[in-house]
Amino acid sequence: MNLDSKTPAGPLADKWNNHKAKLRLVNPANRRKYHVIVVGSGLAGSAAAASFAEMGYEVSCFCYQDSPRRAHSIAAQGGINAAKNYQNDGDSVRRLFQDTIKGGDYRAREANVYRLAQVSASIIDQCVAQGVPFAREYGGLLANRSFGGAQVSRTFYARGQTGQQLLIGAYSALSRQIGLGTVKMYTRHEMLDLVLVDGKAKGIVTRDLVTGAVESWSSDVVVVCTGGYGNVFYLSTNAQGCNVTATFRAHRRGAGFANPCYTQIHPTCIPVHGEDQSKLTLMSESLRNDGRVWVPKNKADSAKPASEVPEEARDYFLERKYPSYGNLAPRDIASRAAKEVCDEGRGVGQVVDGKRLGVYLDFSAAIKRLGEPEIRARYGNLFDMYENITGESAYKQPMRIFPAVHYTMGGLWVDYNLQSNIPGLFVGGEANFSDHGANRLGASALMQGLADGYFVLPYTVTDFLAGEKSGSRPSTEAPEFKAVTKDVNDRVAKLLSINGTKSPRYYHKALGKITWEKCGMARDKAGLEGAIRDLQALRKDFWENVKVVGSGDALAPELERAGRVADFLDFGIMMCLDALTREESCGGHFRTEFQDAGEAKRDDAQYAHAAVWEWTGEGQLPARHVEPLVYEETQLSTRSYK
Amino acid sequence: MVQDNGKEETLALKLRVWRQRRGQPGAFEEHALAAVPTSASFLEMMDMLNEQLIKAGKDTFAFDHDCREGICGMCSMTINGMPHGPLPGVTTCQLHMRNFRDGETITVEPWRARAFPVLKDMIVDRSGFDKVIQSGGFITVRTGSAPEANNIPVPKPIADEAMDAAECIGCGACVASCKNGSAMLFVGAKINHLNILPQGQAERDRRTLAMVKTMDEAGFGNCTNYGECQAHCPKSITLDVIAKLNRDYLRARVKEFFSSTGKPSKGGD
Repeated sequence: MNLDSKTPAGPLADKWNNHKAKLRLVNPANRRKYHVIVVGSGLAGSAAAASFAEMGYEVSCFCYQDSPRRAHSIAAQGGINAAKNYQNDGDSVRRLFQDTIKGGDYRAREANVYRLAQVSASIIDQCVAQGVPFAREYGGLLANRSFGGAQVSRTFYARGQTGQQLLIGAYSALSRQIGLGTVKMYTRHEMLDLVLVDGKAKGIVTRDLVTGAVESWSSDVVVVCTGGYGNVFYLSTNAQGCNVTATFRAHRRGAGFANPCYTQIHPTCIPVHGEDQSKLTLMSESLRNDGRVWVPKNKADSAKPASEVPEEARDYFLERKYPSYGNLAPRDIASRAAKEVCDEGRGVGQVVDGKRLGVYLDFSAAIKRLGEPEIRARYGNLFDMYENITGESAYKQPMRIFPAVHYTMGGLWVDYNLQSNIPGLFVGGEANFSDHGANRLGASALMQGLADGYFVLPYTVTDFLAGEKSGSRPSTEAPEFKAVTKDVNDRVAKLLSINGTKSPRYYHKALGKITWEKCGMARDKAGLEGAIRDLQALRKDFWENVKVVGSGDALAPELERAGRVADFLDFGIMMCLDALTREESCGGHFRTEFQDAGEAKRDDAQYAHAAVWEWTGEGQLPARHVEPLVYEETQLSTRSYK
Repeated sequence: MVQDNGKEETLALKLRVWRQRRGQPGAFEEHALAAVPTSASFLEMMDMLNEQLIKAGKDTFAFDHDCREGICGMCSMTINGMPHGPLPGVTTCQLHMRNFRDGETITVEPWRARAFPVLKDMIVDRSGFDKVIQSGGFITVRTGSAPEANNIPVPKPIADEAMDAAECIGCGACVASCKNGSAMLFVGAKINHLNILPQGQAERDRRTLAMVKTMDEAGFGNCTNYGECQAHCPKSITLDVIAKLNRDYLRARVKEFFSSTGKPSKGGD
């Protein structure tokens, strides 16, 4: 497997500019002769599709939702980072870079992260011009806040709906191109496979989710921006439809999958309430700016209402353990600390499976200091959401929160150009692996999605196209397209024909139980080995006993779910294998065998690399390859937030 | 909700649910569903019904849903005659079963509107909304051509008002609740978001004329001030956005009429 990162030479600060100057161009008159397929319409996909069309390429964009405006980027609440230094508090490109690479626990590619910090400022310019209603000061200029473990205020936000507003900005740019006829938009279409011709990505096969029609599409390049794989845990903060199918199908066709074990557990979600729960709801981590996290000091107080636990009997454990960051400690650290106190039996709230899995997030001090109207202005929509779901008012009693799977840092392996090891297959946004290492900082996902879509892919994809002869793309009548289309049709028919006894949701839940317990916040060798065996058995059971109702030639939600769960089963095995073979703790990956009194213990000598997995065939375990991470200007240090 | 004895309260429900295949007439089917926890969301209750149907070897009910946290705008059910159900200011996915009574009969059907044809069961085609946005619901700014962000000061009250309108999630409850099937709350929200911002001025008239024209062509009705849309909007968008849409439309038409070119307009140029 060729894992050349193609990182340009020279000082970090000059790499991107030097590289851009060398990238090849396509003559404006020739651009319309190239067809670009973009899969996914979230921040990265919409931004890329709109930008390609503005440049003059012929673009087709696919999404499974009924409108590109609904992609799950929309649910991001807190904000977007950018090194503007509007607050005069010492921010710079270099500092945003350092924070991001440290936050990722030194497992991201240095040059990619630096570029991300560099283009961050342009993203804000672009979004403001599009009419994104960011928060403002009374003077009319942009407001900022400090967010997610940063010591400067570099986060731009639009109430608690920053993701929604940024996505609507990208969607409006995309819509303009659709209206102009330069982008053909295919909604309710799911990518079910990738087509390679002569070793290059030259098209995709989709299923029209309304008619059931399986169709193939030929292109000069394929750009996949289909998000993360958090739903491998069944319960997560992801949307119900989020899935790994597009990236996993590309993986099966030869694309390396990097670091699948890097998953982010977000500390501020609403705790699980019961068996029939379908999703976990995130409360923006901006709440930690004013909320104080605590549990009772004594187990005996766990069952009492918060109001009956006196101040001196409360353990503000984040403030105690991490005095300099306090309640704003990074996500992985805050999550693990919450798990620890609950494992000690000091959790609060409803008993689920014999445990109280919740900690308090208390606003009483902030309400006393700032007044309820100010808290309402800052977090009103979040408090309303909490009340809708739990029936409790967080103005009157503390919220209860618990960590939940939120974001996945792993993804398809890409080089500096965001191109996978399959030529012509580019990957943007959460679907790739390169920028967040083993842990993502708050307000960095939106930044990365838009950086890839607006400011990286337009340059690097152009460079690739400049090397492809215009008009040379294959016909969908080519044997390669016919063969892949047949594979997809066979798989659909197989799923419908098993006619067993258990629903796709049954398997998804069973999968989630295994992955969350054995490959969630804390992992160990025996647990992971057991999980792999259990998942292999579950996969076998699925292909013998799943029952998929509905028909292939119509809207069939159970068929969609079954296909996604089938891929998640294979993927889950790879994720556990990755966690098993990374014998260290770093960021979101915490192996209980490798710790220093509760803190993650990295092993830079052996594991300062990206683990990249290669598909070896049906039912086989994938093969592990590595891309060494070379740090030219960064001193690897132990992350300390104490 | 947990009762004093530590057990969760549950409901037994009778459900009347719409069943329809594309291009064919539909009808209600009746199903009983027991042991629905009051802490479950409405969509989780529908999941339970579907799992029960799968066990019986029957096809499930198709419904649109995705984020299940009230922001993507995908979920779209008319519950007991009300789009998104009886609770004001929430989407179907944020409606919880504690708002229903044990033994209650609940009627579940799709959005009912001429411009939203049924694709299957509760799933409708809302592409008319996308067409309206494609015709003008944007500020033209090519990637890379934006000026420095703080070169465009926006007074805070204007930014806040734009944000109020921009909260629209494009779910279509306004259309479904309106006896005219009007989309003017949706269009008004987008107009109010973009037309009041300094960045949106260059295309203000052009945008308004194009969006209204496309809205009419897509089969949406007109506003006759019933106000049902405001009552059912999960994001509490208010009727004043329609007043402002009318104002901007009038302004654009008058300017077009008195424009000095003497040439016929091309879609609001």
